[in-house]
Amino acid sequence: MQAIYILWLRELKRYTRSRVQIIASLGQPVLYLLALGFGLGPVFRASGNGSYLQFMAPGVIAMTVLFSAMFSGIALLWDRQFGFLKETLVAPVPRLHVMLGRTCGTATVAMLQGMLVAVVCVVAGFRPASLALVPAALAFLALTAVVFAGAGTAIGSSLKDMQGFQMVMNFLVLPLFFLSGALYPLDHLPAALAAFTRIDPLTYGVDGLRGMLTGRAHFAAVVDAAVLAGVAAVLAVLGAWRFSKIEV
Amino acid sequence: MIKVEQLTRTFGDFKAVDSISFEVGAGEIFAFLGPNGAGKSTTIRMLTTLLAPTAGRIEVDGLDPARQAHEVRRRFGIVFQDPSLDQELSAWENLDLHGVLYGVPRRTRHERGEALLQAFDLWERRNDAVKTFSGGMRRRLEIARGLLHTPKILFLDEPTLGLDPQSRNQLWAHVQKLNATEGVTVFLTTHYMDEADRVARRIAIIDHGRIVATGTPQQLKEQTGKDSLEGAYLALTGTAIREETPDAAARMRMAAQMWGRGRR
Repeated sequence: MQAIYILWLRELKRYTRSRVQIIASLGQPVLYLLALGFGLGPVFRASGNGSYLQFMAPGVIAMTVLFSAMFSGIALLWDRQFGFLKETLVAPVPRLHVMLGRTCGTATVAMLQGMLVAVVCVVAGFRPASLALVPAALAFLALTAVVFAGAGTAIGSSLKDMQGFQMVMNFLVLPLFFLSGALYPLDHLPAALAAFTRIDPLTYGVDGLRGMLTGRAHFAAVVDAAVLAGVAAVLAVLGAWRFSKIEV
Repeated sequence: MIKVEQLTRTFGDFKAVDSISFEVGAGEIFAFLGPNGAGKSTTIRMLTTLLAPTAGRIEVDGLDPARQAHEVRRRFGIVFQDPSLDQELSAWENLDLHGVLYGVPRRTRHERGEALLQAFDLWERRNDAVKTFSGGMRRRLEIARGLLHTPKILFLDEPTLGLDPQSRNQLWAHVQKLNATEGVTVFLTTHYMDEADRVARRIAIIDHGRIVATGTPQQLKEQTGKDSLEGAYLALTGTAIREETPDAAARMRMAAQMWGRGRR
């Protein structure tokens, strides 16, 4: 148990020490928020949907969690050849503990990063509909973080070299984001797109978060939470299995 | 301390290690030499519980690495060919984390951590991030870390690769001192024959997965009639350069060197 804790703590220490990286990783969400939030704002309002900033802020927060969790999962590949991971894999500690410590750390960092972007959103003019529901929003943030930290671990454990990284980025991470309803409402979509959005786990993270923060949701909160929890469980098992197969 | 009998490991049709046998006595410094792709790393991976043998027997301090992995892991420290420190953490934090992973009690962790950092001339820099360390300092820290849980065996896989002669000398002096004071058995690989000649008490030379010679440096020189270990080594393994198709790890290593993120 001590091993899980110390590996979790390590991820946190690394995060809080990399100030430059923290600032740099805020760049993309801020750009989405400002360029799209204000750029598409007038059109969105004219179509009778209200404030676009208000609508997309939960999407941008969820996007941050997705990118942060998936990146550190994929960084596992580098870490196991040129980093500390190799040291943990020969230690007299069960692989599962190593995986849990690292993945929990990744998820925590992704959540912190998401909360940081939430603060940026508030500065930009976003207002949560009800402060009482903020803890519930945090719970959705945490669930989303666990889902993609698990996915990142599973993928990072399976990749053989850095070339796979681009593939994952272009054919998995970006589609997950663009098909999630982070940027557009899920009503009245073409049937094919609607089908894709429904199999994207991020959809439920965004929807749950948006429901709690703005009161506007496509699915029931229970449905969002159940889907996320189910996917998280599956990915955690998959991640643990892939991680146990890593050869060093 | 280490006993290997008829050890074989195949990857598909390829015999990486072909029925090798050798013994390493307690407290010995043993060098395992051979060209790239000869089977050195595969053997180390089997000795250190990271790879299961296809056939044959291994005993590490009387235990079987394949079946008693955890017990064996407590008994050795290892310095990998590629760096395995957390560069964002300080030297002390790296040591401490290792101690926690190996279940070393807090007090012992602190006392032995301090003693080792002193011994390896890193105590003054203990609170600095590893990314500010030179290549030689990082290697020393990795060795100190490998010794923190008082292992009986220390595996060093090409620990001096890319270091300047000063750092190499200093590193071996430290290793020899620890070997003398704590009696830790050292199993090393290197491509520098002068180092092996100077440091190792006994040497095994492996080529194409088979051990071609074993003995003290002196015996190997006499056996081949050469006056240097390098001469003896070349006489035993030939002068042909080994063509190797790089595996995934080797490709990443090349990329790391290109981006300047490698050890040096």
